[in-house]
Amino acid sequence: MVRIAVLFLCFSLAVGTAAASVGSVGAASSGSAWSPYLAGGLIGLLTMATYFFSGTPLGASSAYANAGGLALRAGGVDPRRIPYFEKHPPVVDWEVMLVVGVVIGAFIAAATGGELTGRWLPPLWVERFGETPVLRVTVAAAGGVLMAFGARLAGGCTSGHGISGALQLSVASWVSLACFLIGGVITAHLLYLW
Amino acid sequence: MAPPKRLIRGLLFGIVFGFLLQKGGAAQFHLLIGALLLEDFTVIKVMMSAVVVGMIGVWSLDGRGAVSVSQKPLRYGANVFGGLLFGAGFALSAYCPGTAAAALGQGNFDALGTIVGMVAGSLLYALAAPALNAQPMLSRGPGEIGWHEVLGLRAPPTIAIFCIGLILALVGLDALPEWTG
Repeated sequence: MVRIAVLFLCFSLAVGTAAASVGSVGAASSGSAWSPYLAGGLIGLLTMATYFFSGTPLGASSAYANAGGLALRAGGVDPRRIPYFEKHPPVVDWEVMLVVGVVIGAFIAAATGGELTGRWLPPLWVERFGETPVLRVTVAAAGGVLMAFGARLAGGCTSGHGISGALQLSVASWVSLACFLIGGVITAHLLYLW
Repeated sequence: MAPPKRLIRGLLFGIVFGFLLQKGGAAQFHLLIGALLLEDFTVIKVMMSAVVVGMIGVWSLDGRGAVSVSQKPLRYGANVFGGLLFGAGFALSAYCPGTAAAALGQGNFDALGTIVGMVAGSLLYALAAPALNAQPMLSRGPGEIGWHEVLGLRAPPTIAIFCIGLILALVGLDALPEWTG
């Protein structure tokens, strides 16, 4: 089975590289630096590595829960007074480090690819809502509140359910992912097209 | 706190993850919103490609190293309601928990709003958790269950079905511009 896995690894790397060279035209028109199949395929290989070496799937949402608990502690409040944090003591764990790493990795990718943006307002937002940085950050924060609440309730986010749980064949993850998309598509249409 | 080696591995994996997310366009506001507006499918293709490769790869490693494929618990109310809430927040923010970090790394400072919101939202959930857990409507469900069990198949044929379906969907998404002009 391991040999099959390794063979598959080499095969997908080869296919991915070929797709990247052919697909680089597609990537340019789609707006991403690399072919999405290459980036996605390599993320798939990354999940193999995280499972194999760390026994942990990719995820992100729990890092923010840990950050919240740690913030409480930093503010002089013992988080364990809240039952949730008694069950899940806030700690700098693997996933917290993963999210920190994501910031760094994305910076390296953007910097080396000439895609650093350095702005508060995305152009698409300005088109619809004008130069409104306070509004943008407020809406982003409101979105964050809903996402964190929803992710804790559903048990994961687009990484935890959408990638990891989905590849594990968890029914919960496919259900959650479908609802992420339904909620997201409806809200995005209301916000941007209505 | 976890052992330092484990934390460093998490950091390194995160750097690779963030790098790939950014290269795949998942740190870009217009691509994320474009996906939710059903106009641009770049980030959808990234996710689906990751699931196809990961599904075959991870399952073939099941039992090796630290790999142990388990299932997330299916609780109808929690997964549906939580999912819809997440989706709504996703559209407002454009960045999700993972892509917010990637977006920040790329220099999109509005992701800081999302990050602060997510920390606050997690605390809100922590406070609401006891009341929510007491709601049978939210917690009812079959528990940890995978599609292969639902379909009454072994994992390999289920994986084949899902991967063929995902690849067909990817081919369809790729051909979409030609269909719609």
